[in-house]
Amino acid sequence: MAENNRAVIKLKEKFTSSIINIVEFRGEVTVTVAKDAIIDILSFLKQSLQYNLLTDLTAIDYLGKKEDRFMMVYLLYSIPNKDRLRIKTVVSEVDCCVPSATQVWRTANWLEREVYDLFGITFDKHPDLRRILMTDDWIGHPLRKDYPLQGPDRDPYKGRLS
Amino acid sequence: MGPQHPSTHGVLRLVLELDGEVITKITPHIGYLHRGIEKLSEYRTYHQILPLTDRLDYLAPMSNNLGYILAVEKLMAVEVPERAETIRIIMAELTRLESHLVWIACHALDIGAMTVFIYAFRERETVMEIYELISGARMTSNFFRVGGLSQDVPDEFAKKVGDFVDVMPGYLDQYEGLLTTNPIWLKRTVGNGVISAEDAVDFGVTGPALRGSGVDWDLRRDNPYSGYDKYQFQIPVGENCDTFDRYKVRLIEMREACKIVRQALDRLKPGPVLADCPQVCYPPKENVYNSIEGLIHHFKIASEGFPAPEGEVYQGVEAPKGELGFYIVSDGGNKPERLRIRPPSFINLQAIEKMCLGSMVADLVAVIGTLDIVLGEIDR
Repeated sequence: MAENNRAVIKLKEKFTSSIINIVEFRGEVTVTVAKDAIIDILSFLKQSLQYNLLTDLTAIDYLGKKEDRFMMVYLLYSIPNKDRLRIKTVVSEVDCCVPSATQVWRTANWLEREVYDLFGITFDKHPDLRRILMTDDWIGHPLRKDYPLQGPDRDPYKGRLS
Repeated sequence: MGPQHPSTHGVLRLVLELDGEVITKITPHIGYLHRGIEKLSEYRTYHQILPLTDRLDYLAPMSNNLGYILAVEKLMAVEVPERAETIRIIMAELTRLESHLVWIACHALDIGAMTVFIYAFRERETVMEIYELISGARMTSNFFRVGGLSQDVPDEFAKKVGDFVDVMPGYLDQYEGLLTTNPIWLKRTVGNGVISAEDAVDFGVTGPALRGSGVDWDLRRDNPYSGYDKYQFQIPVGENCDTFDRYKVRLIEMREACKIVRQALDRLKPGPVLADCPQVCYPPKENVYNSIEGLIHHFKIASEGFPAPEGEVYQGVEAPKGELGFYIVSDGGNKPERLRIRPPSFINLQAIEKMCLGSMVADLVAVIGTLDIVLGEIDR
């Protein structure tokens, strides 16, 4: 169960007030934490609990489904202990900025650039925040839910006309 | 350098700042092949996403299929029949062989050893024929299904695969004879593109590139999926963190892949290849053609898919290039709320600056080869 997870026990001890909720689904533990403590928690997990590999970093757009629009997701892996942990933090559309995890893992550099490019979330203290997949002069952020699938200024595809 | 440079494996563009021949800064420009696969996935049912995954790392389509299918099966809690799992492992390991064959071919060609290119593509052709035999396609196989396989393999499959893995070690000896003690090869690879184990982990490097730096970590052994825990195989690890060690690691991996395929062929028993789970899986083809219920069932699954429970799962597999992960967030509908692909090439490529600063331009070509990148996966 999630309560017995080694990381959950330690996080509950040390960051009691920052933990918003803990969910377990299909054996995977997800901990949602407050945004202002995110870097402290990530460095603690890396330094003290050996979550040394940042497997992935991404975002989810919950437009119209949740009060706060975005969710940042950090997938951590511990090579010595061979277990995974998922940390999430809520990001509102008004304050669409997250402290950069590049100070904890250098992997985060390109991954955060991708989130900035496709979701428009900015990262505080990121060394090189530029678009990465789209061109520099691109307008809009394609993975946002309100960005049309077919791209801007085009009618939606309605199937074959013949 | 690039995007049309022959050594950039597609459409990678590197802006280099040089001091004479020495690299002082590298700025990679990627995204030329961006097709928005993650965005497209949000508009497709779970079965319809599968063909998109073939087009990620197009040199290893079955590995991509496997990663995605395992993630969906985890989300839906579907049990896969043993025969399907075994065939999946055979195909995943043949895919590893195929991907590594393209790697050794292009890597050697980039450094000037053209013979290896011709030889490796000859063996790759056999793998392509096996692909064609079972799925009808040589590259975009689209062969696995949620709950098993799209169809059983033909009778000649086991013999053809068995013959291939029997002769393959001999071919590997041939490549080694051409390269391992070749003075030009050694001059170009030993001590080139060094990245320490700490730096490699910090940069998120995975797969053979990480093992070449001495980190003994392989998802097939450490977090087994699809029944890999039933197989015996060695995980090769390098010592000197350079291009030559990564070359050695991949060659041993190819030999181990042959052994895994051999073990899997011995385990291959007749049986069903699709789970009995009508809410999620397609019906067998004979039902579709011969009964109205089967046809309706097929139509429902093909047109509406299936609703997934609300929740999120992540599944990582040891793809030939590194850890390939699929992170699916479901809101309870028949399409994913978000599908995130963790592309190993994208994250490995980020380490290129660390590996190349201060070296010559010609060494950069060797490093691009040793990272074994595929732009289809980097740009998605």
